[in-house]
Amino acid sequence: MFETLRTAVRSLLSNKIRSALTMLGIIIGVGAVITMVAIGAGASKNIAQYISGVGSNILIVMPGASSAGGVRQQIGSSSTLTVEDADALKREAFDLRGVAPEVYSRAQIIYGNLNWSTTVTGSTSDIFDIREWTVAAGRFFLDGENKSGAKVAVIGDTLARNLFGGEDPVGKTVRIRNVPVEVIGVLAPKGQTPWGQDQDDTVFVPFRTAQNRLFRRGIANSVQRITVAAVDNASVEAAEREVKSILRQRHRIGDGREDDFDVRNMAQMLDAARQSSRVMSLLLGAVASVSLLVGGIGIMNIMLVSVTERTREIGIRMAIGARSSKIRTQFLMEALLLSIAGGIIGILLGILASHTVTGALGWATEVSSGSVVLAFGFSVFVGIFFGFYPAWKASLLNPIEALRYE
Amino acid sequence: MNLLSVRDIVKIYRTGDVELRALDGVSFSVDQGEFVSIMGHSGSGKSTMMNILGCLDTPDEGSYVLDGKEVAALSRDELADIRNAKIGFVFQGFNLLPRATALENVELPLIYANVPSRERRRRSKEALDRVGLADRMEHRPNQMSGGQQQRVAIARALVGGTPLILADEPTGNLDSKTSEEIMALFVALNDEGKTIVLVTHEPDVAAYSGRTLMFRDGRILSDERRAGRVRNP
Repeated sequence: MFETLRTAVRSLLSNKIRSALTMLGIIIGVGAVITMVAIGAGASKNIAQYISGVGSNILIVMPGASSAGGVRQQIGSSSTLTVEDADALKREAFDLRGVAPEVYSRAQIIYGNLNWSTTVTGSTSDIFDIREWTVAAGRFFLDGENKSGAKVAVIGDTLARNLFGGEDPVGKTVRIRNVPVEVIGVLAPKGQTPWGQDQDDTVFVPFRTAQNRLFRRGIANSVQRITVAAVDNASVEAAEREVKSILRQRHRIGDGREDDFDVRNMAQMLDAARQSSRVMSLLLGAVASVSLLVGGIGIMNIMLVSVTERTREIGIRMAIGARSSKIRTQFLMEALLLSIAGGIIGILLGILASHTVTGALGWATEVSSGSVVLAFGFSVFVGIFFGFYPAWKASLLNPIEALRYE
Repeated sequence: MNLLSVRDIVKIYRTGDVELRALDGVSFSVDQGEFVSIMGHSGSGKSTMMNILGCLDTPDEGSYVLDGKEVAALSRDELADIRNAKIGFVFQGFNLLPRATALENVELPLIYANVPSRERRRRSKEALDRVGLADRMEHRPNQMSGGQQQRVAIARALVGGTPLILADEPTGNLDSKTSEEIMALFVALNDEGKTIVLVTHEPDVAAYSGRTLMFRDGRILSDERRAGRVRNP
């Protein structure tokens, strides 16, 4: 066995460039599998973190699609939801922990000579509880400030860093759409959503302030969405039913007619996100497997060339007393060595690539030991599978003809 | 004592409808310690005979008993084992592994005989020493002259301690002076008791042997014994 190994190593080393090129297919394949699986695992870990950060008990109610002349517009295009709807939900629903009407718009925030464009959301103080925000500095706004339309704002971490740099934003005045607003709090950072949105790039102002002073919307009472939280994860479905029935009643929607609003379940959205990330990594994994397959074919190709080239050597070995199985083992060993060495290099390269992806793109990656074992096993399999035919061919050579081969 | 005997060997090659009887009822035997040369023109059947004697091929008819064992109808793997245990080959083209050193080339038959590495090394060194290449053990074939390469091949044929040495035109690729040296080595090995069967088409080479089988058209034309061996023809 040791002799076979030594012979195989020697034969591979005598053709270094060819061996390296042959391995390249396996290296790329295994490296790609490792990296793709790592990115996929990182993404699902992100989603799991997001769920625990946001809570999967959130429902988002949006106005339904308006239809103009039979052409249906996108969801949220009508203004059927009102502040009164939010108040009603808060009053009547049992399964809700919090209800927050929201209006939002992109706006430019100016501080000194710096400016930053972001989404400004007007909502009630419930939003912080529902979205599980905490303040890093200062405070949230109060119900009273909402009612009076006080010109105060709570800003996200990204904004704080970009507008204020090292300064403490609390107590400073910024201008939002030219209205001076006092910063009263800075939110603790949350990071990105699994779909890559920066959650900290945001500004919250009291609902009335947004409605009356900043946005000056046409229909004073309409809201763009209502975010509600069920009391716990188990009651999300009950809460969804409750919200629907209350709103249908308020909007006087008869049986059999469609809702003029749309309720979205956070858990469902996350499921969808998770599903799509899984499909994505599956697809990438499939592509990577194809390159492993191509690598295997490369090994087979080179081994066939090698068998032809070394026909005379095979003849000599047979004449001297090598059984067919010895010849077979020898060539199989070479194929296996190529694929295993390629596999190991590929694994190292995949780990390196995963770190590079994390470093350069900021995507979370996680190299699982499972994927390493899988990739290694797969490359061994490729070596045996694609090495077998050439080895078998070599072992069946006729010694007399092999000896005569030039 | 009889080391090998063939009886009524027939070997037929078919190409399309044409049937060529390469060997057509050949019988002879070789005693232990004999030095036999097989001669004949190309197409006489001597190469086919050589392949059968070397257990590289099997006859279509007839029996071949080598060292007390009938080998005419063995399987591939059994033949491989017989070759390893009973026969040392010396070829016209040396047939050494180009990437291996002299020592590694000589070790090869012992690897397939599963001899442990320490003993393998010792016996291979002895064999190389015997053919006068003690100082060339780590050289590769392309660093050696033809005569030296053929000596390595002879050492490889010796190392297994096989009862029979089969040489196929061993001087075909060598100049006359080197040929004489190689033949002298064969004679010396024969003097030590080795049985040697040598295929050649050169009468000068055959003259070193004690007995010459002349082949023609797949049959033995003559079987001639020489009383005294010619050492310097």
